Amino acid sequence: MARIGVFVCQCGNNIAAEVRTAEVAEKLKDVPGVVHAEDARFYCSNPGQEQIRKMIKEHNLDGLIVSACSPHMHEKTFRKAAETAGLNPFRVEIANIREHCSWVHHDPTKDLGTEKAGDIARMMVERVKRDRPLSKIKIPVTKRALVIGGGVAGIQAALDIADGGREVVLVEREPSIGGHMAQLSETFPTMDCSQCILTPKMVEAYQHPNIRLVTYAEVEKVDGYIGNFTVTIRKKAKSIVEENCTECGECIDKCPIKATSQFEMGMTKRKAMYIPFPQAVPGVPVIDRNACPKYVKDMSKCGLCAKVCGPQCIDFDQQDTFETVNVGAIVVATGYDVMPAENFPEFSGGKSKDVITGLHFERLASASGPTGGEIKRPSDGKVPETVVFIECSGSRDERRGVSYCSAICCMYSAKHAMLYKHKAHHGQAYIFYMDIRCGGKRYEEFHRRAVEQEGAIYLRGRVSRVYPRDGRLVVQGADTLVGSQVEIEADMVVLATAVVPRLGSKDLAQRLGIGYDQYGFYNEYHPKLKPVETVTGGIFLSGACIGPMDVPTAVAQGSAVAAKVLGLFSNDEMAREPIVAEVNRTTCNACWDCLVACPYKAIEREAIKNRQGEVLRYVARVNEGVCMGCGVCVAACHSKTIDLKGYSDAQVYAALAAV
Amino acid sequence: MKIPYYPGCTLSTVAQDFDRSARQSIRDLGVELEELSKWNCCGTSFPLTPENVIGLAGPGNVLIQAKKAGGTVSTLCSFCYNTLRRTNNTLKSDAGRRDVLASFLETDGLGDVKVLHLLEVLRDQVGFAEVKAKVVRPLKGLKVAAYYGCMLLRPADAAIDHPESPKIFEDFLTALGATPVDWPNRGECCGSHLAMSETDLVKRLSGSILSSAQACGADLLTTSCPLCWHNLVKSQEAILRDEGKETVLPVIYFTQILGLALGEGPEALGIADGVMGAGSVLKAKGLWPAAVPAGGKA
Amino acid sequence: MKITLGPAGPSQSFARLVESLSGEDLSKCYQCGNCTGGCPVSFAMDIAPSQVIRMVQLGQEETVLRSNAIWRCVSCLQCYSRCPKCVDLSRIMESLRRLSLRRGHEPVTVYALPDEFIRRSPQMALVAGFRKLVP
Repeated sequence: MARIGVFVCQCGNNIAAEVRTAEVAEKLKDVPGVVHAEDARFYCSNPGQEQIRKMIKEHNLDGLIVSACSPHMHEKTFRKAAETAGLNPFRVEIANIREHCSWVHHDPTKDLGTEKAGDIARMMVERVKRDRPLSKIKIPVTKRALVIGGGVAGIQAALDIADGGREVVLVEREPSIGGHMAQLSETFPTMDCSQCILTPKMVEAYQHPNIRLVTYAEVEKVDGYIGNFTVTIRKKAKSIVEENCTECGECIDKCPIKATSQFEMGMTKRKAMYIPFPQAVPGVPVIDRNACPKYVKDMSKCGLCAKVCGPQCIDFDQQDTFETVNVGAIVVATGYDVMPAENFPEFSGGKSKDVITGLHFERLASASGPTGGEIKRPSDGKVPETVVFIECSGSRDERRGVSYCSAICCMYSAKHAMLYKHKAHHGQAYIFYMDIRCGGKRYEEFHRRAVEQEGAIYLRGRVSRVYPRDGRLVVQGADTLVGSQVEIEADMVVLATAVVPRLGSKDLAQRLGIGYDQYGFYNEYHPKLKPVETVTGGIFLSGACIGPMDVPTAVAQGSAVAAKVLGLFSNDEMAREPIVAEVNRTTCNACWDCLVACPYKAIEREAIKNRQGEVLRYVARVNEGVCMGCGVCVAACHSKTIDLKGYSDAQVYAALAAV
Repeated sequence: MKIPYYPGCTLSTVAQDFDRSARQSIRDLGVELEELSKWNCCGTSFPLTPENVIGLAGPGNVLIQAKKAGGTVSTLCSFCYNTLRRTNNTLKSDAGRRDVLASFLETDGLGDVKVLHLLEVLRDQVGFAEVKAKVVRPLKGLKVAAYYGCMLLRPADAAIDHPESPKIFEDFLTALGATPVDWPNRGECCGSHLAMSETDLVKRLSGSILSSAQACGADLLTTSCPLCWHNLVKSQEAILRDEGKETVLPVIYFTQILGLALGEGPEALGIADGVMGAGSVLKAKGLWPAAVPAGGKA
Repeated sequence: MKITLGPAGPSQSFARLVESLSGEDLSKCYQCGNCTGGCPVSFAMDIAPSQVIRMVQLGQEETVLRSNAIWRCVSCLQCYSRCPKCVDLSRIMESLRRLSLRRGHEPVTVYALPDEFIRRSPQMALVAGFRKLVP
C-alpha cells in the first residue's frame, strides 16, 4: 500500500482566500493510500520545506502531493527537498490549486474553491500512486562548438568559447568573416570607427588556436542532439587551394574582369578574383564564378590569375566539398539583412540611384568605401547639398513592410546626419521620423547632439513619395507638429529600411529544428529568462538573427551564449529530466506514425535480432537524448505502444476517475 | 472574339469619340465589343460608407446584366471600371451587404462578375504582341505620357496593375511603337468632381499634371477617363488664357492612339486637328495621314 | 485653441458614430502623417487629413464638420493606398460629409451651378459631385 503525504499550501492569502486548506487536508486523509495530510502558510519557505522533509521521515512517505502554485513555480523546489530526504524526486507531484483554482474563481463562501481544490489534489494522489521512480538521463557531451555566422555576434561567441578552452568551428557564408559590422563607418554612440574595433577581433579569431574558420561555406545538414550533433558543411569551391595560398594578392591585381561589389552595396566594382574588402579574414581570394570568363564563357579564356600565381594554387576545376564535424553545441548567429530600396517604388527606390539605404550610406561615409569617405551621391558623384533621411521605411508598416520597429534606425540616422555634417559642412540634413526611440545608454544624448549641435532638422511625419525633378529628388511628406504638407528638394535620399532576417533563415531553421516567427527571426526559448536558448537543447542563438539589435546587444549576446555553451561543456556527461517517451517493444507494429509525427526527430528504427544476428523485425525506439517529452507520438500511436514517463495513460485515466 | 461591353453614360454623350474609337480599333484587332442589352448609370462614385447599401444598387444592376451576358464585362471609363470592380469585390466579400442588395434587386449570385478594363483585355486576351503585330502606322518618335489617374490604380484590390509602379499603359504604348514618357505624376489626382465646386483647385491639380508631363518631354498625354480629360483640357484652356502660356499638351483617349497606330483616320477616331487636339503634334511627327478617304482607312 | 477632455469635455460618442458610419477603426491611426504628405489637396485644407482623424478622436465635432477639408477631399485614395496601418481615410471623410449634409450643410447650391458647366461637362462630373456634395 502506498504511503502518500499531502501538503496543502495557503500561499499567504493567495489560496486561503478561496480555499479552506485545513478542510482539504482533512478530507484527503480519507483517500486510500494517504497516510498524512496537513496545511501551512508557505511550503516554499525554508521552514515549509523542512516540515515536508520531517514528515517524509516521520511517516516513511513514498509519495508526495504539494497542493500549491503552478509546477512552473516550485516543482523543482519540492522535488529537491524530497530528494534530500531520500525520496525519489519523480514521486513528487504538484496539485495546482492556485492558478487552476483560487486565482480563477470567486466564491465568498469558499465552498466551491474548497471542493475543486480537493478534487485536484485527489487526482494527483491517483497519479502519484502510479509514478515510477525515475532517474535523470545521462548524455555524453562532445566539447566542441559550431558557430554559424561570422558577424560580430558569432565572432564574440567563438572567441569567448575558445578562451574558455574549447574548440570552435566558425562557419561563414561569405569569403570573409566580419558581417555587416565590417561595412559600417562609425558606430553610435561613441563614434569609433567600426572596422578599427572589429578587425582586431577578426584577426584574433583567425589566429586563435581553438578556432577553425571555415569561410565561403554553409551548413548543409544537422543530425543528432544536445551534446552529440553531427553537422555536414558544404564548402563552396573557392577555385583556390587555400592551404597553399600566401595571400599575396597578385592574382587579384592581374584579374582583368570586373564585377559588382556586394560589400560596397553595388556602388563600385571589384575583380572577379576578389576578397570582399582589404582587411578580409582570411585574406584568401575566391573566384566569382558568375563573372569569371572561365565559367561564364568557355574554359579556355583568360587564366591570367593562374599564370601569375607563384605557389600555383589556382584550381579552376575545384568542386564544392563536404565536411562532417561532431559538435556538442551549435550557436546560430546568422544576422540580418536590410530591405532593399527597390521595395519602395513610391520613393523612387530602384529607379533613382540617389535613393539609397542606410547601409549604402555607411559605405559612402567609410574611409575605405567607394568614395574614400566623402559623401558623394551615386548618380553623378556630386556632394549633396541637401540630404533627406526617411526613418521607418518599411518598419512599423503593415502595408508594405513589417509591423515591428527595427530598433537601430533612430540611432544610425542621427549618426548619418552627423557624419554628413562633418564631411559636407554646408550641407543640410532633414530627418523624417515618427517617434524617436533612443533607449540605450547615452543614446538620447547622442540624438540631441544631432539636433542641437549638428543642426539636423527633424520633421515629425512620414514621407508619402519621392520623385525626380530636374536632377534632384522631390520629397513630399508631412510635419504633423505643424499639421502641414512638407516638400523638400533633395540631392540624395537615405531610407532607413527595415531590418529583416537573413535570406534563407527559415530554411536553416528547418535544418536545425528550431522555431522562427512569421518574419523568419529565430524564437528564443523564453524572451526574458532564456534569451539565447532555443527549445531545441544544445542549439543557441546570438545577435540579430533573433530580431533587430544594435552592436552592443549583439556582442553581449555573443558572450552570453558562450557562457551557456561553456556551462554545457563543463561536465563529461550532462543530466536531463527523464520525462521522455518509451516504447513497448512487444506491441509495436512498426507503423512509424510516431516517427512521422515527432517534431524533434527523436524516434529511431530499432532492429530486433535473433541469436544468429538475423533481423526479425523493426520497432520504434526513443532517443532519450533528443526526446523533449511533448507526447505527440503517444497521441499518434494506434496500438497504445508508446507512453510518456510520468504521464502514462494509466496515470491520466486514474486521475480522471478520481473526480 | 466577342466581349460584353458597358459604355456608361458619358461615353454615350459627351465622350462619344472615346466610345467610337474603341469600337473601331478593337474591331481591327478581331474583337467585337458587344454592348450590354440593358444598362444604367453605375453611379460614378463607389459608395464609401458601408451603411450606404443603396449606392450599390446602380452598379449592382449593371453587374446583373453582365452576368446575364456571360459573367464578364469590359469597360473603358476609369470611373465605371473602378465602381463596377469595387462593387463586385464588395459583394463577393461582404455577405451582409450582398444579401440586402440581393433582396432589393430580387436576384442572387451577386459578386462573381469579371470586370475588365479595355487595357486589360488588350494585355491579357488580345496580347500586346498581337497588338504590335497589327500595327500598320508605328508611332515612331511620339513621346506619350500615360496618365493613369486615381481610378485605375486605387485601391490596390481594384487596380489594373501595381498601384505604385504600374506598367500596363506604358507597355501598351510601346506595342504601338510610341515612346512612353517616364514621369512622376501619372497617378496623381486631376481634381475629379471638384470640377463642380472648386474650379481653381482643379486648375492647380490638373496644371501640375500637365506641366510634369511636359517637363518630362511628352508630346501628348493619354487617358482613359472622360472626367480627367475634361479637367485637363478645361484647366489647360484656363491656364493658356490666364497665364499666357504657349506650349500646349494635347490630351487624347488611349483608344484614339490605338486606332491611329492601327491605321484608322483621325477623323474617324475623333482626333481634332489644330493645337489643342493632337493634330499639330501628329503632323510634326509625320503621323497625320495626308488625305483621309471618307469612312475608310488612311 | 484649447481642448477640454474628461467629464467636462466631449464624450466618445462622436468618434464611435464616425467609426460605425465609416467602418474604420480610428485607434489604428498612429498619426504618422502619410495621408497629409500624400494628399493632393491637403495644401488647400484648413485642417490636415491626419488632423481630421485626431480631432474626431478628441470629439471636436463642430470643428471637423465645419472644416473645408471634408469637402475638398476628392476620394482619390492616395491616403489609403499608402497608409502603413491600412486605415481608409477616404471612408472617414465620406462619413463626415454625410453627417454634415444630414445636419443641413449645403456645400454647393445646385440651382446656382453655371449653365455652361451643366451643359458642357461630362455628366459623370455631375453625378459624382451630387453624390459627394448634395444631401
